[in-house]
Amino acid sequence: MDSAVTVTDLVVVRGKREVLRGLSFAVPTGQVTGLLGPSGSGKTTLMRAVVGVQVVRSGEVTVLGEPAGSPTLRSRVGYVTQAPSVYQDLSVRENARYFASLYGMGAREADAAVADVGLGDAAGQLVRDLSGGQMGRASLACALVGRPEVLVLDEPTVGLDPVLRVELWDRFHALARAGTTLIVSSHVMDEAGRCDRLLLLRDGELLADSTPAQLRIDGRSDDLEVAFLNVVRDRQEVAA
Amino acid sequence: MTATIARPAPAPAGHLSSRLTTATAGRVLRQLRHDHRTIAMMLVLPSLLLGLLYLLWKDVPTLPGQPGIFDRVGLTMLGIFPFVVMFLVTSIAMLRERTSGTLERLLTTPLARLDLLLGYGLAFGLMAALQALVTVTVATTVYDLDVAGSLWLVVVIAVVDAVLGVALGLLASAFARSEFQAVQFMPVVVLPQFFLCGLLVPREQMAGWLQAISDVLPLTYAVEALQEVGRSAAETGIMWRDIGIVAGAALVALALAAATLRRRTS
Repeated sequence: MDSAVTVTDLVVVRGKREVLRGLSFAVPTGQVTGLLGPSGSGKTTLMRAVVGVQVVRSGEVTVLGEPAGSPTLRSRVGYVTQAPSVYQDLSVRENARYFASLYGMGAREADAAVADVGLGDAAGQLVRDLSGGQMGRASLACALVGRPEVLVLDEPTVGLDPVLRVELWDRFHALARAGTTLIVSSHVMDEAGRCDRLLLLRDGELLADSTPAQLRIDGRSDDLEVAFLNVVRDRQEVAA
Repeated sequence: MTATIARPAPAPAGHLSSRLTTATAGRVLRQLRHDHRTIAMMLVLPSLLLGLLYLLWKDVPTLPGQPGIFDRVGLTMLGIFPFVVMFLVTSIAMLRERTSGTLERLLTTPLARLDLLLGYGLAFGLMAALQALVTVTVATTVYDLDVAGSLWLVVVIAVVDAVLGVALGLLASAFARSEFQAVQFMPVVVLPQFFLCGLLVPREQMAGWLQAISDVLPLTYAVEALQEVGRSAAETGIMWRDIGIVAGAALVALALAAATLRRRTS
């Protein structure tokens, strides 16, 4: 299988703490890969390493055949941070158009991206007047507008109502079908079932590189949360 | 459903692009446009403060044959206001980019670091030009400020000064970890330059070592350029040299600011 992202022996140290302890895995092209794990497990650090803004101690991160952070990747990789990183004092439309221009796209693509995240009616509103969930979607629109081949999304569905969450996941899958590789982090296990592949992270180590179906078998439960816990316990027993 | 996504031809990333610089300048100006009070303050405040100085010295007698104090100080202030205001505005704007996460996001896009900084310089340089037009007009018509040379040159010097303020503000913001620190960089960077620029004490009367410090501070040359325009109807070589020095210092500060902007952080 063709990999969009390969990570080999990745070690990241922040302060005195080893945040990522020698991770290795591959992310297949054109699929939604979920990065699951509790808060503090290293999800954001891993995503930052993939988009090339994280100082890494050792190991390799290759994206679309090039080292992460290469200049040529900047128009091919989109990144949406956990906190909405859009300009509060611009309207949704102005934000999308600015980021569109950075990717060589025009106003039409920007307006389409705003409509795609369901903010068509709020396009003229200043971001600071939006709800938290709307801000997150505005931030997402600013990444979608570049039509990246790899889209890295840090907890994109936090604070969204269930209907919107389902809509966004449908959109992620539509993007994947069209060839985009998505890496989506979440700390809620009920979203794990929506991913094509799963990476389970805990304390900077990879617990599982699997699919939802396989995790249900390995964890002996149809409930992914329970299955995750069983996998963690099995690991601890092996270690003990 | 299968769909192919039309993707743009991969743009050469990380290289300076006038298109990305102007897009960034446009974005900064659009942010300002939503903030009417800031625009009003930028345009009107220097004129009001200059008015205060005018009233302060209006009835103070001067020696016959000597230029009035206001003519000397007021003209210098036309260069100092844009420098101070743009320094403050930019260092806060840049700090906001940092804390809001937009800076990190921009650094993952094809935008070159210098594009971002030049975009700020262009946007605030334009605002400074508007500010200078208003202030120079008010100063010469309402406050009877006497300038021997061309008023356009005063505007040009004010804009170059503002760009210097922007560049130093961008550089200073790289060292500020909090808003409290950013605000305090203003007195650190601005006040020594103001004290030593030759306005409070003529440079010839300063102690030698103070003069040496004054020699390497860019605001000194901005003030000298304004004084040249103030007393000479014809453009002088010293004035053009001084404008060149201030512009050069601004470019050096911008380059340093770009160098201190790290794409990768821990």
